[in-house]
Amino acid sequence: MQPPLLAPPLVSNLDTRAEAFVENRAAMLEKLAEIDALLDEAEAGGGASHHERLAKRGKLPVRERIANVLDPDSPFLEISPLAAYDSDYIIGGGAVAGIGVIAGTECVIFANDPTVLGGALTPYAGKKWMRALEISRDNRIPYVSFVESAGADLRVRTDGGKSPSAGSSGRLQHFAETGRFFYEMIELSKLRIPTVCVVFGSSTAGGAYQPGMSDYNIVIREQSKIFLAGPPLVRMATGEESDDETLGGAQMHAEVSGLGEYLAEDELDACRLCREVISHLNWRKSGPPPSLRSEEPLHDPEELLGLVSPDLRRPVDVRELIGRVVDGSRFEEFKSRYGKTLVCGWASIHGYPLGILGNNGVLNPESAEKAAHFVQLCNQIDTPLLFLQNLTGFVVGRDFEQAGIIKKGSQMINAVANSNVPHLTVIFGASYGAGTYAMSGRAYDNRFTFLWPTAKIAVMGPKQIAGVMSIVRRARAARKGEPFDEEADARMVEMVEAIQEKGSLALAATGAISDDGIIDPRDTRTVLGICLSIVRNQAVKGTDGYGVFRL
Amino acid sequence: MSFTSLLVANRGEIARRVIRSAHDMGIRCIAVYVDADADAPHVADADEAVRLPAGSAGYLDGKAILDAARATGAEAIHPGYGFLAENASFASDVAAAGLVWVGPTPEAIERMGDKLAAKALAIESGVPTLPSCDDISGAKDLGYPLLVKAAAGGGGKGMRIVKVPADLQEAVAAAKREAASSFGDDRVFFEHYVTRARHVEIQILGDQHGKIVHLGERECSIQRRHQKILEESPSPRLDPALRSAMGDAALKLAQGLGYQSAGTVEFLVDDDSGAFFFLEVNTRLQVEHPVTEAVTGIDLVREQLRIAAGEPLGYGQDDVAWSGAAIEARLYAEDPAAGFLPATGTLIAFEPAPSPQVRWDSGVAAGSVIGVDFDPMLAKVIAFAPTRAEAAGRLALALSRTHLGGVTTNRDFLVAVLRTPEFLAGDTTTDFIERVALPRSLELSEEALERVAHVAALWIQGANRAEAAVLGDAPSGWRNARLPDQKLEFQVGKREIVVRYRALRDGRFRLGNGSHARIHAWSPASIDLEIEGRRLGSRVSRAGDRLVIQGSHGDVELRVRPRFQVPGAEKTSGGLVAPMPGKVIDVRVSVGAAVRAGQTLVVLEAMKMEHPITAPEDGVVAEVHVAVGEQVDNGALLLVVDPVRDETAEGDA
Repeated sequence: MQPPLLAPPLVSNLDTRAEAFVENRAAMLEKLAEIDALLDEAEAGGGASHHERLAKRGKLPVRERIANVLDPDSPFLEISPLAAYDSDYIIGGGAVAGIGVIAGTECVIFANDPTVLGGALTPYAGKKWMRALEISRDNRIPYVSFVESAGADLRVRTDGGKSPSAGSSGRLQHFAETGRFFYEMIELSKLRIPTVCVVFGSSTAGGAYQPGMSDYNIVIREQSKIFLAGPPLVRMATGEESDDETLGGAQMHAEVSGLGEYLAEDELDACRLCREVISHLNWRKSGPPPSLRSEEPLHDPEELLGLVSPDLRRPVDVRELIGRVVDGSRFEEFKSRYGKTLVCGWASIHGYPLGILGNNGVLNPESAEKAAHFVQLCNQIDTPLLFLQNLTGFVVGRDFEQAGIIKKGSQMINAVANSNVPHLTVIFGASYGAGTYAMSGRAYDNRFTFLWPTAKIAVMGPKQIAGVMSIVRRARAARKGEPFDEEADARMVEMVEAIQEKGSLALAATGAISDDGIIDPRDTRTVLGICLSIVRNQAVKGTDGYGVFRL
Repeated sequence: MSFTSLLVANRGEIARRVIRSAHDMGIRCIAVYVDADADAPHVADADEAVRLPAGSAGYLDGKAILDAARATGAEAIHPGYGFLAENASFASDVAAAGLVWVGPTPEAIERMGDKLAAKALAIESGVPTLPSCDDISGAKDLGYPLLVKAAAGGGGKGMRIVKVPADLQEAVAAAKREAASSFGDDRVFFEHYVTRARHVEIQILGDQHGKIVHLGERECSIQRRHQKILEESPSPRLDPALRSAMGDAALKLAQGLGYQSAGTVEFLVDDDSGAFFFLEVNTRLQVEHPVTEAVTGIDLVREQLRIAAGEPLGYGQDDVAWSGAAIEARLYAEDPAAGFLPATGTLIAFEPAPSPQVRWDSGVAAGSVIGVDFDPMLAKVIAFAPTRAEAAGRLALALSRTHLGGVTTNRDFLVAVLRTPEFLAGDTTTDFIERVALPRSLELSEEALERVAHVAALWIQGANRAEAAVLGDAPSGWRNARLPDQKLEFQVGKREIVVRYRALRDGRFRLGNGSHARIHAWSPASIDLEIEGRRLGSRVSRAGDRLVIQGSHGDVELRVRPRFQVPGAEKTSGGLVAPMPGKVIDVRVSVGAAVRAGQTLVVLEAMKMEHPITAPEDGVVAEVHVAVGEQVDNGALLLVVDPVRDETAEGDA
């Protein structure tokens, strides 16, 4: 048995009988219930009628396909299950992505949901797909796709713009920029990360390149159809009469074209073959196995429910979170008496050592400098980093500017941006402004980002944005010598704050797939443990070089 | 002649039993074994072991065994029971080789080995015998029912009950065949058959100095296929007068023989009249000797060894005292529900219950392969208590608590017998099993079966997590979104059970039927589970896709249905298959023959027993896949009968 980290367990000061705790917990459970209902909605996909139609054709729903390919009783971490929340699309976006264990091998799975628009690629499915490919590449885990897709969503807007927009969702996107998935897929193969494709149904036009770009294809008798153009388009293009089976049936591809390596008798058989293929990969993780003793935390993770107030102005001691997530609640704090608004230290989860940076307030020059130091230490010893975000940003004000907050903050961002060990980020409260970046936000090439339901992400707090805009308006009016309508301004401030508040919520972020999903706070340890295992499919190697530190 | 080393010319539980007492006396033990027994426990128990060469007759090969004795410097040979135990010429060879033979003299063996000679001695000694004759023409004078017995027989082999004259010829033929194959001697004789009879035998011990005592009786009336499965001492039927009369009769016979070593005089007791008739003398240690040991406190193997070494008994008849009651159950690999047919396979589980304390004499362990080559007895379990009822209860509890599986056994049947009012009342006659209709196997309610399946599923769940190559620290079946429940399919006998479950955040599992389970402890060999407040501690054994789950319900064997089917060829259906491995000794039909339901088509011989394969319904033989002399495996296709509709059945003859 491995030794535990020698640090003593954290002492908890959380009063679970306090009114604030009870209120926080109730509010958190309410949010979780809302999320639960949304997950049910995501599971329903295109709805009951589509599921019935699928069942009538002897086909399995996408989640059953996934369950059948996974090792029994192994965990499955779904990525962005609530994608397309509050959008024109069905929640989930018409595809399921996740990380699971197939034949003892951690794999990423990307699967079309045939009950949603026939599996057509919605913009959300497209973004999820790219994320799945990124997870595969960054962590070196085999990539498995379950393809059943009508292809791109070709519907043209005819009803004044209310229907889902077709393919390109904004003016800044053009067809010429699309199709990167195929590039990414074949790059995985080049990087010696195997790609396995199971074709459950139609895989046409652009979709045909999914099997085309995969290392292994499993096709299903009388079910898979792979062609560049289906019979209607062929007739339009060349006048040739054809049928599905001769044009792109499973048997044809297995026996004639050679596109299908394995011919499955049915969906279950395809899952069996997929497991066999993964099994022969003989996958060896490049990173080290757990080196410390895995112990349940001393303090009850249930208590995480009452830790954070919906009103993010109430301070939270991040150590209370750490003590309910890490092995044996053991935490060795680094520079505990310096730069106290950022807690840094070492711990382990599921036996995997890690360095933790957790916010206990705004970043000030001392805490930023401490962070830059700590990130370098973890890179020196190849230890992954966990960022626990709850910050309103870098501190502002004359004294801090004069103390060099920009220089110190840049040191921190330099260290974080160039750090080469895996970064995991959990946003449990506020994540505002440059603080988001410095604490290894999504745009900073972290490996995974998860949100608590209480997370809020924005350029700054909603109240601050509304207030700043009001000040600007007032100044402009004064400059032009115009009268200032206080009433109209108050209405505007209220509206801006409401819009900003909504846009900053965890659900809005996760709907846009700007993270990997909202998690139940009680699952934090499990999610991080899974991620720490996943990242070790890649070698864990700290960096030797940073940008010039502005000292 | 004293000795300090002993070769045990046997296998299984009796070899181990002999080694145990010999070791207690400080005697070095040498085992012999055939290749199939290379990993057998008796080999490990011995101080030294010698392999009997392939191509030899194994444990029946006297020359090979003498070679082994010479090679290892063994000074004495104990034959156990069966094999060479009652082989007079081997006993002579042992003596001729200058070794000590642990057993009666070759003369006594030879004389008692011949049933007719034995009977003559009984008559001579004034011991009552059953009316009999050796000629088929005299059979009708004995009246029916009558018994056909092998002259050289024992253990029920080569024995047939004939109820009506019409069956006599076939019974004689079968008895002769069985006698020939078992004993190399096909002579048979005929005997009066007592309908309500008890089998009661007297244990005798004689030293080389003319001293003979009896150690009381054993009643062994509960038999199937004429073989004992439950034995006890004292007999619930005997009163002191009858006991002393039978003891005296046995002593008279033994004295007439000048008997040395341990032996048994078998009698038939007419349950109604109390009259007793001499049956035979067994010139060896009996399987059921432990019950006598329990009630007398005398170690019979030790006595055999002492006697063989020339020591005097050192006590007389008046010194022999009895106390308490002992019952022995023979645990067999056999299927009571299928007419007690021997069963084969690998023992997945074999863990005697730690309590209540009983004596286990066994020659197998978990992993042992129970084949067709040897007697399918797995163990003898002996309970001793102040009263018969307590002994029966203790034995039943010990048997039912034993974790046993992989091979079909008579365990549940034995338990049922031990707990039945008829047994407890001492109403035990040789027709007990036919008379008292008992369930022959464990019948579980649907509810109980579902519970077992849940236990099995959650144990497998634990095994999956324990064996996980990656993410083993994550909670079982953890999800952050929605996936279908975990699903397992089991087969129990012909029944199929589907189990669904889902792990909950609080560590419990929600089962498909809506109930909840909590695992208190899991190990590779057990699970301690609570389902809706009911605590279910179970021992668990697994071999491949087979699981044996033991709980309060007893042991249940489940087959885990494969998660995926590999597409392949369809199996032949509609044919008759061998119920067990064996040799084809008769094929009575050929292709095209019209057959009637129940008609014997093929006869298999296995375990020295004949097993007729009969037509399940009227039909025409479409295919015959075997020929006489062929060895077939369990499940091998023997022939195919196409059922024929009534209107065509007549024309096909």
